This record gives sequence, C-alpha cells and structure tokens, in this order.
Amino acid sequence: MEFLNYFDNVFTVYHIALLVGGTFAGIILGALPGLSPTMSVALLIPFTFHMKPESGLILLGAMYTATVAGGAISAILVNVPGAPANIATALDGHKMAQNGKAKNALHYCFISSFVGGVFGVFILIFFTPPLAALSLKFMSTELFWVAILGITIIATLDSKSVIKGLLSGLFGLMLATIGEHPTNAVERFVFTEHLESGVHIVVGLIGLFAMPQVWNLLENFYAKKNQVFSATGDATLIESFKLVFSKLKALSIGSIIGSIIGIIPGAGGQIAGIVAYDQSKKVSSNRENYGKGEPEAIIAAESANNSMVGPSLIPLLTLSIPGSPTAAVLLGGLLIHGIFPGHDIFTKNPEVIWTFIDSLIIAQILMLVIGLFLSRHSKWIMKVPDNYMAVGILLLAVFGTYSIQNNYSDVLIMFTLGTLMYFGSKAGFSPVPVVLGLILGTMTEEKFLLGNLIGNAKGSSFQHFTSGTINIVLISLCIASIVYGVYSSRKSKKN
Amino acid sequence: MKIINITKVALLAVASLMLLPAQADYPEKPIGVMVAYGPGGATDFQARIATLASGKADLIGQPIYILNKPGAGGRTGWNWFASEASQDGYMLGAYNVPHFIAQSIVFDTKYNINNLEPIGNWGADPAVLIVGKDSPFNTVGELLAHAEANPGAVTISGAGKFVGHHIAFLQFAKASGANLTYIPASGGVDALRMVKAGETVAGFNNLSDSARSASDLKILAVADLTRHDYLPDVPTLMESGVDVDDSSVNFRGLMVPSGTPQDVVDYLASKVPAMFNEKKTQGKMKSTNSPSRVMSRDEVISMWSERQAYLTELLAGLK
Repeated sequence: MEFLNYFDNVFTVYHIALLVGGTFAGIILGALPGLSPTMSVALLIPFTFHMKPESGLILLGAMYTATVAGGAISAILVNVPGAPANIATALDGHKMAQNGKAKNALHYCFISSFVGGVFGVFILIFFTPPLAALSLKFMSTELFWVAILGITIIATLDSKSVIKGLLSGLFGLMLATIGEHPTNAVERFVFTEHLESGVHIVVGLIGLFAMPQVWNLLENFYAKKNQVFSATGDATLIESFKLVFSKLKALSIGSIIGSIIGIIPGAGGQIAGIVAYDQSKKVSSNRENYGKGEPEAIIAAESANNSMVGPSLIPLLTLSIPGSPTAAVLLGGLLIHGIFPGHDIFTKNPEVIWTFIDSLIIAQILMLVIGLFLSRHSKWIMKVPDNYMAVGILLLAVFGTYSIQNNYSDVLIMFTLGTLMYFGSKAGFSPVPVVLGLILGTMTEEKFLLGNLIGNAKGSSFQHFTSGTINIVLISLCIASIVYGVYSSRKSKKN
Repeated sequence: MKIINITKVALLAVASLMLLPAQADYPEKPIGVMVAYGPGGATDFQARIATLASGKADLIGQPIYILNKPGAGGRTGWNWFASEASQDGYMLGAYNVPHFIAQSIVFDTKYNINNLEPIGNWGADPAVLIVGKDSPFNTVGELLAHAEANPGAVTISGAGKFVGHHIAFLQFAKASGANLTYIPASGGVDALRMVKAGETVAGFNNLSDSARSASDLKILAVADLTRHDYLPDVPTLMESGVDVDDSSVNFRGLMVPSGTPQDVVDYLASKVPAMFNEKKTQGKMKSTNSPSRVMSRDEVISMWSERQAYLTELLAGLK
C-alpha cells in the first residue's frame, strides 16, 4: 500500500494546476485529428525540461490519460477518430450522435474510460513484477500471432459484406508494405519520392476518416440536405452512470482486454479498442445492434483504450520496454529527467514514481469530470452547418497531417487516400478494415521477418513459430476467431 | 499618386539593400535544428539538451528550436536538409555518424558528405556487445567459441540496417571470421528487448542505454578504441582479441547545407563547441546518461572523411 503515502505530493496547488491544465488540454488536443496521444506527449516533453521530474511526469501522465479519451469526442461527433485507439468508438458512437444521442454517447465514453483507466492503474500498482516478467515473454513470434489475431477480425468489422471487408483489409495491408523493407532497408513500391517514408498510420487514419467526411458534408450541403441535429440527447448523469454500470460484461471485457494488450510490447495499444469491441460483440446479447449505435460497443472500446494506459507503463518502468507507442515516447520523457527504468525504480526513485502513478488516478477523475462537463456542450458542434464543418475538418486534417512529421508528402498521401476512400465508401467499403490493415500489416510483416531470421538461425523457423505456450494459445485463438466468424456469418445468412 | 509609388519603390530598394549585408548581423532571429528522427528519441532529446544554452549572448545569442522530420531511417530528413533547407544559417541539421554516411553510400540519396558542412560534435555513444543476464557467455571469447561450433546460430540484434550497431556487427564478423546472424530490429529499444528476453543470443546496442539496463544484461565489450568512463571494467573489443576500431561509434553533432555563407559557418563553428561545453548543458548530458564528446569543425571534417573512406570499403559487398 506504499502508493497511498505519496498522494500528498500530488495534492499541491502546483501539481493540481498541472493536472487540471494537462487534462483539459489533453481532451481538446486528443479530439483534434493528428494530435494523437503519442504526438501530444512527444510535443509536451520539451516543455517539461525545466520542471522537477515528478512535475514533468505528472503533466505527461495527465496528457496521456486525457488524449486517449479525448479522441473519442471527434469520433462520436464528427466520425473522425482522434487516434487509432478510438476507431472502434466511431463505429457506434457516431451512429448514436446521428440518432440524436450525442450527449449520451459522450457520457458513456467518459464514464467507461474512467472505469477502465482506474482499473488499469490499479493493475500497474499491484501486479507490476509478475506482469513485467510476462511481457518479456512476448517476442517476435508471439507478436506475429497477436497481429494475425487482429487480422482475423478485419473481415467482419463494419462492412456491407465479408468480401468487401476482406478487400479493404487487403488494401490496408498493401499500404503497409510501401516504403522501407523492415529488415533489409530496401525501398519498395516507392513510385514517387512522396512515398519514401511509407504511409504513416495516423496520416492514413486522418485521410481515410476525415477526408470522406469532408466530401460527404459538402455533398450534403450542395444537395441542400443539410442535416441539423436538433436533439443531442437528454441523458442525465445518473441515468448514464446507471446504464454504464448495468453493462458489466462490456465494461469488464474492455478493461481486461485493454490491460492485457497494454503489457504486450510495441504497437499493441492501438488495437485495444477494436479487439475489445469485437470480443464484446461476440458475447453480447445485443449483437445485432452493433454498428447501429449500441452503447455496449462504446463502453467496451473506451474502457479498453483507457485501461491500456496503466499496464503499458509496466514493462516501460521496470524493463525500459514500452507497452504502447505513447509509452515509447514517454521513455524519452523519463530519461530527460534522469529517471532510468529498471527493476529498482520503485526503490531508487520511489518519490517520483509513486507520485506519478498516484497522479494518474487523479488524472482519471479529472478526465471524467472535465469530459462530462464538455459533453454538455456537444450541441455546439452538432449544430455547426455542414459547409462550415467541412472547412473546419479540412483545415484540421491538413494541419494535423503536416504536424506529424513536418512533411508535405504526408498531406498529399492524406488527400489521395481520403478521396479514394470517399468513392470506396459509396461502393460500400469501410475505412475501418483499411486502417486496421495498415496498422497490423506493418507489425505482421516485421515480426514475421524477424522471427523467421531468428528461427532459421535456431534450425527451424516453423518450429520457432509454433512452439511455446503463448504461441500455441494465440494460434488457437486465431483459429477460434476464424471459425466463429464463418459460423456467425452463416447463421446470420440463414436468418 | 505616381510620386508616392516612386517613393515606395525607392524605400523598398533601400530596405532591400539594407538587408543584403545582413550576415554581418547574423544571427538576428531564432535558429532551427532539423532532427531526422521523431521527438522523444535519443537524438532528439540530446539535440535539445546540447543546444539549451544557445540563447546566451556570448554563445550563439539566439534561441534554437528543433524541427523533427522523421522517416525512412533518417533519410527523409537528411534528403530534405541537403536539397530544400535554407542556406542562410537559420536551419541547422543534426547528423548521426555512421548512419547518415553509410546510408548515403548504400542508397541513392540527395545528400552526401560533400554537400553538407559540419559545425561541431556534441556526443559519441559507442556500441557495446551485450548478452542477457542469464546467458552462459561471460566473455567475447566464449561467445565466439560457441559461434565457431554452431555456424550461423549466434544471433546478434541491432537497431536496424546501416546504423552504428550494424557497422559494429559487420566489423565484428569480419575481424573474428565467425559465421554470425544479424537481426535488424526496428530501433534500439526493440533490439535491447530482444537481448533482455533471450530472443537473440547477443546484441550490439548503445553504451548509454545498456549501461542503464546493466542489471538485466552482461556487457561483454565496447566497440571503441578505449574503455568508457561509464563502464571502466568492460574491455574494448581489441583488448578481447577482436580487431574492431571505433568506426561504429554513434557521433552526433550539427551541420549546415553547403552554400551557407562562409562567415556564417565560421561564426557557428567558433561558438558551437563552447555552447556544447557550457556547464549546465554538460551537467544535463551527464544526468541523462548521454555520453558527451565535443569536437570542433576541423576535427569533424576529418572524422567524416575517414568514415566515408572506411565505410565505402566495408559496405562494398553489401549493396
């Protein structure tokens, strides 16, 4: 219970001010496309330069927590996820907003983010040593199977048909192969120098979600189909809390899956939301309602992406192995302050680390309060006329895309992908499998090639990929996922 | 109306004439430093620390800001820097030797050491040969004996292709004559994970990062000419009987594109080493475990051309 001793370090005027400011700014930044959690934390690190270590980390932790939740705001209100973690939230969240229940959706989102987030931090507080050992067991082959498991759910996500889902997923996987070959550094499919650095995941995300939305809004505007959502929901806070806590199944699936994915090193964090969405759909009694504005879907996705935050710090703090892309950036933030991750971090810098972890709990609470407060004002965004909204999204998309790598080529890639996606969506294709293909394609290819090199050096690559408890469990899950997908699509056809 | 226009033109002409000898007043606005890697990485945060003191009147006299242009292992940023960055001394670039030289040899890049001018060097991070803490190997000799008995079975991770770790690996394999397998991970952090987890038998990684993780690792040797202050008990590869020099040491410093006026280059070259050596900057380098090595422009010029010649030969068979 050592963590209880350091709460008084958090409750200083200065630190609370940092937390409130960091959380508020984080929610807003998170809602802007391009300023993903990773980007926001990276941009903030230089600002913490002259602060004391614990103050700097408190600000970074608040930013990490709040941006993950903030990305849901734009996902729900304008169907543009703020970061890869919020893709699943857009699926049902935006449908709810279109059904006149934006405020309800935002309530569910922040309440379940809070529950997941606090769950994740408690995992970090109580289970760090055993889970750190477990995270070391995820090597190239295990990570390859994790990526494959993600790929098995692509086809059934948000598409009019399995074939279209598979085709869009394949397109995403192809996009992932553009640029540098992961192990021999040779350039592939670089037809123009604009493609030299490949397709950045967040560039793809903005292009595939934001640009079609811009064209759609303009199309509506010129067709005089201006949709003004007069209703934004009538949920009271008490009703929303009651509803979220009545969906215990979705809430616990989200929190647990998010935590597990958090401790897996590398790109995991970005898929926590989508995996939890898929799993909760498979066991839900409201399965048919997923994709049409189902609160359970939002609850599962948002509790997952926030519960990922705490556990993603477990391998980071003890092994200097980041559990998510944002945790990787946070490593730089730790080093700048002379805090070196290691098994002895809790004994060597207890003051700094426990204060930081305690502040994460306070940040979750602030995120909930500020988020719920902002939800009341969602009507302002929903009432913006289509033409202004289109221009606003366009500006943010260009600005957000350029700021990721300060690269003009990224803006061109964003425009091209977005325009293709606009026509694709007319034909019934969804951007979700494409982005998922892009995220997982990079991971699958890299982990396969590395595992293959190591396996060959050990004698047999096949054996390397198929031995070990975690590998076997993951392979079984992949098979189960495919079998279930085929079974349920047969069943729904019969109906 | 006409008279006013003429006055305007005249005023503009005078104003632009006044701007011409502006280099005499250099620098009169903040200066950028392009970093070819993302924010939060080692090169990025060391660049921020190293340029911390630039605003002081007796140093550069203007603050320095960082512009990150990551992509394609650094090539995106360096290509941009050599072909598009302004040549007026208001955009500097951070270099990583041997990475950027090796990549300019292997790939068709828009930059090479001939269209870039070094200013000064702030840091040098040697590669070290590491194994996991539970590894049966305690010396370079034991590792090589195992490699000899099991050709190809010894896997060595590093931060990717054509970076310092890869150069160290190539030199190590060549000098020892052993049949080793290089595993190019996606960055130094992942390469270090592979060694800690026992996924690879060994690894080449940054001395700074490995020294921090010493409790999870055994550090067998340093790929440098001398032992390092951070690890006084760890022998060099040469002491361990493998003839590997300091060609893989990761040097970091500042440069400008060719075409930058000579007086600007001279001004920067005279001020930058003092800026790197500033007391608070050095303290911060130390507290973040960033090995410092300050070198003047002339020293960097000769270091660059030595590396260029050596790497061309080493990488000749690998294109």
